[in-house]
Amino acid sequence: MDLDALTGCLASSACLVTQTTSGLIIGMLLFLVAVGLTLIFGVLKVVNFSHGAFYMFGAYFAMTAYQLTGSFALAMFCGAAGTAVIGLIFERVFMSRVYGADVLMQLLVCYAFVLIFDDVVRMIWGPEFKSMGMPAAFQVMPLFIAGGVVPPYYLLLIGVALAAALILGLGLARTRIGKVIRAAAHNPGMVSALGINTGLIYGGVFALGGMLAGLAGALAAPVRSLTPGMGFSVLIESFIVTVIGGMGSILGALIGALLIGLIRSFGSLGFPLFTEGLMYLFMVIVLVSRPSGLFGKEVA
Amino acid sequence: MSEAQAEQGASTLNVSRTGAKSQRYRDVLIALIAFTVLASLPMLTSSKFLLDFVIRCSAYGLFATSLNLLVGYTGLTSFGHGMFFGLGAYGYGLVMQKTGVSIPVAFVATLLITLVVATVIGAICVRLKEIYFAFVTLAFQMLIHSTILSWVSLTGGDQGLRGGIPRPAFLGIDLSNHLHLYIFSCALLVIGLLLMRQIAQSPFGYTLRMIRDNAARASFVGIDVYRAKLTIFVLAALFASVGGMIMALFVSGAYPEFAYWTISGEGIFINMLGGVTTFLGPMVGTVLLLILNDTVTRFTEYHGIVLGIVILFFAIGLRKGLMDFAYEWYAQRRDRERG
Repeated sequence: MDLDALTGCLASSACLVTQTTSGLIIGMLLFLVAVGLTLIFGVLKVVNFSHGAFYMFGAYFAMTAYQLTGSFALAMFCGAAGTAVIGLIFERVFMSRVYGADVLMQLLVCYAFVLIFDDVVRMIWGPEFKSMGMPAAFQVMPLFIAGGVVPPYYLLLIGVALAAALILGLGLARTRIGKVIRAAAHNPGMVSALGINTGLIYGGVFALGGMLAGLAGALAAPVRSLTPGMGFSVLIESFIVTVIGGMGSILGALIGALLIGLIRSFGSLGFPLFTEGLMYLFMVIVLVSRPSGLFGKEVA
Repeated sequence: MSEAQAEQGASTLNVSRTGAKSQRYRDVLIALIAFTVLASLPMLTSSKFLLDFVIRCSAYGLFATSLNLLVGYTGLTSFGHGMFFGLGAYGYGLVMQKTGVSIPVAFVATLLITLVVATVIGAICVRLKEIYFAFVTLAFQMLIHSTILSWVSLTGGDQGLRGGIPRPAFLGIDLSNHLHLYIFSCALLVIGLLLMRQIAQSPFGYTLRMIRDNAARASFVGIDVYRAKLTIFVLAALFASVGGMIMALFVSGAYPEFAYWTISGEGIFINMLGGVTTFLGPMVGTVLLLILNDTVTRFTEYHGIVLGIVILFFAIGLRKGLMDFAYEWYAQRRDRERG
């Protein structure tokens, strides 16, 4: 425990800014993964334990696309679109067979794919750590805000994540497709009876969730090292986020992700070895006091 | 899949208590035979590999069967049962290293520690239902794992509990002797399984099945659902802890992986592999998984793919565990013979 470092940091504006931005980017990446998870759970009532693998695929796709084309925008697009396709196939071919089955069955199918996907990545890209490197466009002087250092890429990352949150939130609330998705989450039988292809909606939502995780992976590729199994810790953390925020709530995912991001970045100063423990402790406290999460609707 | 779903359409549950006593004698007999067979194994083979395999089966088998008491019998899907496996290993190792008491005393002390910890954690967890119960147990598991990693002065952090755990002889049993360790593990396994079988077949065991099938109805007929769930949570934790102690004895140490979530994941996988309908399903699953792990890692470095495909085969193909499958096949054949 190192409380002096924590109080020292809280007293200096430079450290405060640095830690807050690092907390924000952790939080924003987590949000992108977690919101896909929460969306899939909200509509399909399936807990997608293989969601971390989509994050991993996004990162690897982006790295390969960047190495081949040299275009950062194209890398982002490949990361997101590639995982969307994988998500769609995964849902239609495998997950759709275990709807309505026991949670354990769904869990096992996902667990099997976590193992398979990790090995597939190991086969294609090798087991060693890879790095995409910061794109040339962002290799510029960092910004100084109140004495703290903020790399410009962090601003892009936060901006993209916020834009995704906004588009998703508005899209679900205001558009016709959003309305259909919400209806399917509420009563799939009725939606299907009205002549809407629910299988298509399920596949689409899964692809969308996968795409968001892939986007998060692609955005993380320049600032994180890539390794098979990299999705796992992200998966566990985004679970914590969805559970804290409330399964199925987009706002909850955002708030939960930011809280966890800040706990991680400030916790690593005060409790360097117990940072993860802090997150789990926070999760326990939330679950015990509000079992359905901060913004969850149903009370378990 | 729960036991209830697997039993749908099967004959009605035979709960007559008249046969209970004879059934108990039968169970004890089977346990004695099993123990005799296991204990005479070293006379037939001198393969250390095979004996080690049985010891590992004892550790994981006790753990997986105790998890089935929660998952299969009570319908409590715990994702954090492995924390008690880790707690048993660390508790036993620490008591032996720090105090130097004899092995039976350390066993009892570790069980007491597990009892206290499981009661506290269980009191918080069993209030929640279904997926939330699963998540909160997972969170506690990771909390314990983080504590082990960060409390370096006590647990050795990510290096694990090293320096060996002393194995002083007691009552003529010398556990540093491989043969003694083997017999001791087999005895613990058989006794543990027998005790769990008695719990599962007792009136309390049928109360648990009722809670699993319809908690509201159980509550209406006057059962204290919360207390019953907490009791089985603690009991299962004790057996898992014994599994952890066997593991610590076997490897003469304790490592953070013992308390990591993957242990819980493997436990659930074992249950699915063997099946949750029959009492011995998890035991069959344990043997299967360990064989699978040992052979696959020997032949390919990509054992994730092989394991994944096997899981898919069970989850999407069979849709039930191996023992469930065998049991249903047997029941169908029996019905057909009766006409």
